[in-house]
Amino acid sequence: MRIHRVLAGVVTAMLPCFAPAQQDTLKEIERYRQLLQESNPAELYEARGEDLWKTRRGPKNASLERCDLGLGPGVVKGAYVRLPRYFADTDRVQDAESRLVTCMVTLQGFTIEEAKRNPFSGTGAPMITTDPFSGVGQRSVMTDLVAWIASESRGMTIAPPMSHPKERLAYQAGERLFYYRAGPYDFGCVTCHGDEGKRIRLQSLPKMDNAKDAQRAFGTWPGYRVSEGELRSMQWRMWECIRQMRFPELEFASDASIALITYLAKKAEGGTFVAPAIKR
Amino acid sequence: MQPKMILALGFSGICVAGCATRPSDSEAEGAVAEMIKASFKTRGQAAIDRLKQDDAQALCSRHSGELPKGASEEIEKAQQATLRYPSSGKLMGDWREGERIAQSGGGKQFTDDPARPAGGSCYNCHQISKQELSFGTIGPSLYQFGKLRGASEAIQKYTYGKIYNSEASTACSNMPRFGYNGVLTEEQITHLVALLLDPESPVNK
Ligand code: HEC
Ligand code: HEC
Repeated sequence: MRIHRVLAGVVTAMLPCFAPAQQDTLKEIERYRQLLQESNPAELYEARGEDLWKTRRGPKNASLERCDLGLGPGVVKGAYVRLPRYFADTDRVQDAESRLVTCMVTLQGFTIEEAKRNPFSGTGAPMITTDPFSGVGQRSVMTDLVAWIASESRGMTIAPPMSHPKERLAYQAGERLFYYRAGPYDFGCVTCHGDEGKRIRLQSLPKMDNAKDAQRAFGTWPGYRVSEGELRSMQWRMWECIRQMRFPELEFASDASIALITYLAKKAEGGTFVAPAIKR
Repeated sequence: MQPKMILALGFSGICVAGCATRPSDSEAEGAVAEMIKASFKTRGQAAIDRLKQDDAQALCSRHSGELPKGASEEIEKAQQATLRYPSSGKLMGDWREGERIAQSGGGKQFTDDPARPAGGSCYNCHQISKQELSFGTIGPSLYQFGKLRGASEAIQKYTYGKIYNSEASTACSNMPRFGYNGVLTEEQITHLVALLLDPESPVNK
């Protein structure tokens, strides 16, 4: 891990450089990515997440082993690729993270605030230095758990359920949010993810209405981001794109975040889930 | 992997578009309004009222891609009425300053220092000078922009106007309305005009 951290730090330091250096950086990251295929740093997060799942925590001193992620209490295998989905006990459509919040509250006795407190991991060289969720050396229970839960769907087909009316409503709301342009830059998700083969600087942008692009976009998160030396979740990806859109802050595990993820999951339906993957 | 895949496929008999119980438009719209209220919070300079749409934003969101007949002209006319040119009458500043502004991608994010002027993030979307290879492609290439069009007063006005309010000439443009929305100052825009039009600018070499 030490080596990964150091390397990631070097790569991050190189990122703001101008053109030729950036080309080199991308090549370097690609090479690094190849190297990592053998030992994806995400595995460390997954292992910690599995431990956390089984560890008694919180005021009720209970583990999460009875947590229902949609396939019945305690079933983790294949759960992630069938999320977001409707849950009768909360009467809400939930993604992996918001469901974990529910389980931490009901099973372990945490308050909602406690369960949501530290949603994103942040060690190494966080790109957003003022992010309260990212401090050097800060681990995130939430991120570790999601890494593990996602890994238990690796190789499976993305298949979010759409039979409940609230699932369809979440999808439709997500679609509308995707096209919602606002703020001082007039951005909507569609500004950057509405056309094929576009880039911001050198970063390729998936067109979310295109199944292949959406499958790659949805199927690779959570991901270990080489440029940050950190594992990031889909909730983080939404939070980060919203930040770049100059919108106010997107609340972790909020209904809007879940609606967007529902929209993306549906667009990615039928694709193979390969996360936690290695990202730029 | 094989058994898992089959199992997963077994669960995916789904319909969205053709479902009889598809949520109504007003239901979905209500849900979105609710989410916009409940899911975002003011942080730093990014206040919650940024999510309120103006007429152009609302129209462009509702009809993404295909505006109803006549709507483009209507938007462009309304946006043209917002155009303001520098009172000095001078539209061309210093291309070197322009290059710095075009490179800078910061500004207006809740993690940005509001005391620092915003950048133009032009390279995020455009090829501009030949030297900068790290450019985006959401907008057209602007390399040789001035060489191809000259730097007449009409071209200066068009360029200033495009940066000030892109929708004055292209309804629902993907390019931010930098001047109208108060992202870039008059002076910053004149530097960008120079970057694109000054014969000495690397853009036109
Ligand atoms: C201003 C441009 C911009 C906007 C607007 C934007 N994004 Fe992004 N998005 C990006 C960039 C750039 C990346 C790729 C980052 C990278 O390569 O690390 C990205 C990546 C993503 C990814 C991961 C794709 C992958 O293959 O890894 C998802 C999912 C995503 N965006 C969803 C959204 C959603 C949903 C919205 C609206 C809420 C949105 N984006 C708005 C620029 C944007
Ligand atoms: C998020 C993407 C984006 C950003 C950022 C952006 N543009 Fe654009 N730009 C576009 C698109 C898309 C078009 C084509 C549609 C239009 O003309 O409005 C365009 C068109 C233009 C044109 C007109 C080109 C022509 O041939 O008539 C000019 C000039 C221009 N941009 C300059 C700039 C400058 C200067 C900046 C930085 C201050 C900038 N743009 C930032 C997306 C962008």
